[in-house]
Amino acid sequence: MLTKRIIPCLDVDHGRVVKGRKFQNIQDVADPVELGRYYSDQGADELVFYDITASYEDRDIFIHIVEKVAEAIRIPFTIGGGISKVEDFRKVLMAGADKVSVNSSAVKNPQLIREAALRFGAQCVVLSIDAKRNNKGSWDVYVKGGRENTGIDAIEWAKQGQDLGAGEICINSIDTDGVKKGYDLELNQKLSSLLTIPIIASGGAGKMEDFAEVLKVGADAALAASVFHYKEIPIVDLKNFLHNQQIPVRRV
Amino acid sequence: MIAIVDYDVGNLKNVATALGDVGLSGTITRDKKVLDAADAIILPGVGAFSDAMDNLRKFDLIDALNANVKKGKILMGICLGMQLLFDKSYEDGEFSGLSYIPGEIVKFDAPGIKIPHMGWNNLVINRDSPLVKNIGTEDYVYFVHSYYAKPDNFDDVVAYAEYSVKVPAIVKKDNVIGMQFHPEKSSNVGFKLLTNFKEMIS
Repeated sequence: MLTKRIIPCLDVDHGRVVKGRKFQNIQDVADPVELGRYYSDQGADELVFYDITASYEDRDIFIHIVEKVAEAIRIPFTIGGGISKVEDFRKVLMAGADKVSVNSSAVKNPQLIREAALRFGAQCVVLSIDAKRNNKGSWDVYVKGGRENTGIDAIEWAKQGQDLGAGEICINSIDTDGVKKGYDLELNQKLSSLLTIPIIASGGAGKMEDFAEVLKVGADAALAASVFHYKEIPIVDLKNFLHNQQIPVRRV
Repeated sequence: MIAIVDYDVGNLKNVATALGDVGLSGTITRDKKVLDAADAIILPGVGAFSDAMDNLRKFDLIDALNANVKKGKILMGICLGMQLLFDKSYEDGEFSGLSYIPGEIVKFDAPGIKIPHMGWNNLVINRDSPLVKNIGTEDYVYFVHSYYAKPDNFDDVVAYAEYSVKVPAIVKKDNVIGMQFHPEKSSNVGFKLLTNFKEMIS
């Protein structure tokens, strides 16, 4: 039986893992390769590394980290951040990444999704969407790290992403991110029922029940950062908890 | 030495790295002499079926693969590389494969399932083989694919995973082996499977 996936997310700046709270107050937590290996040993199903470095010269440091991660771990991992061209996909895939996530750059140029899917296969294209509730009962797509509202409907954008060839959608809810009060269940449930590609829920995990809830409403995977980085929820315990909730998971 | 066929279908380094874990030395190559000299050949691959076959033709590799398979050398296809071992695929058209294992590649079409079949699924053993020594139904491997193999003879399936249908996960016909999932990304279960592969070729 296909299991639901638990995915720790590591934001990397200047070669180190950090975690923002509402995209602010970033604190350094650890070495990406060591932390990646630790999570893999603990039973993480995949890893996501986001390059949050702004400067061009640090891109090379990051590519080097991708290579080191590929040598160190034997589970799939996704790279995101600073991907704006097909050539960027090629670079990180050749460095050993399994999937590449695009966000603002795909909003700006939706054809990037199609071009990358045709060239490297849909399986490696993850469309990451930062979504925030509006007062009309729907969700808007935000870009630039959650600072700019595009006015685009998040569910429509997710559907378009699927049609363009994305293999997976990672939906990050800005309202719940960093607040640790649970994932946006309504948004994840809507997307899961409307789309035929897998959905990764992101933003809001605070306790083990939060993971169970979002996976029960249809998300195929749940992503989190701080609860793992600060060892508030050990992945081994989380998997046992989910198993006891009759949610199919891979336990190590 | 294991030849890892390089035909421009994604990163092959991860396969070489995982072979290194079990003490096998992988050489990424499209040189026919290296294929002929290898103890076994691995055909990896991600992307579209027709592009992959086009590239095998472009690099003039099909005759070398045929000759080595005919000699009895072990050839193992991984992911798309496994699908190429069959007669044909219906991925975006109808395309011929290498025809080492009778059968065809079709798309998942059950209502309500997510496509691609992406993530960790467990292996159910269909028939005994040294390839699945120490492998049981609690062993999960990492899949990512939208099309699956429908072999003419289900006895060619060593292990399968349940995903709306019995999805062939490990296939074997004589000296030709296929793994639909990624052993190089399947943590300690992948390690066990590659260890079994090593024992089979030595």
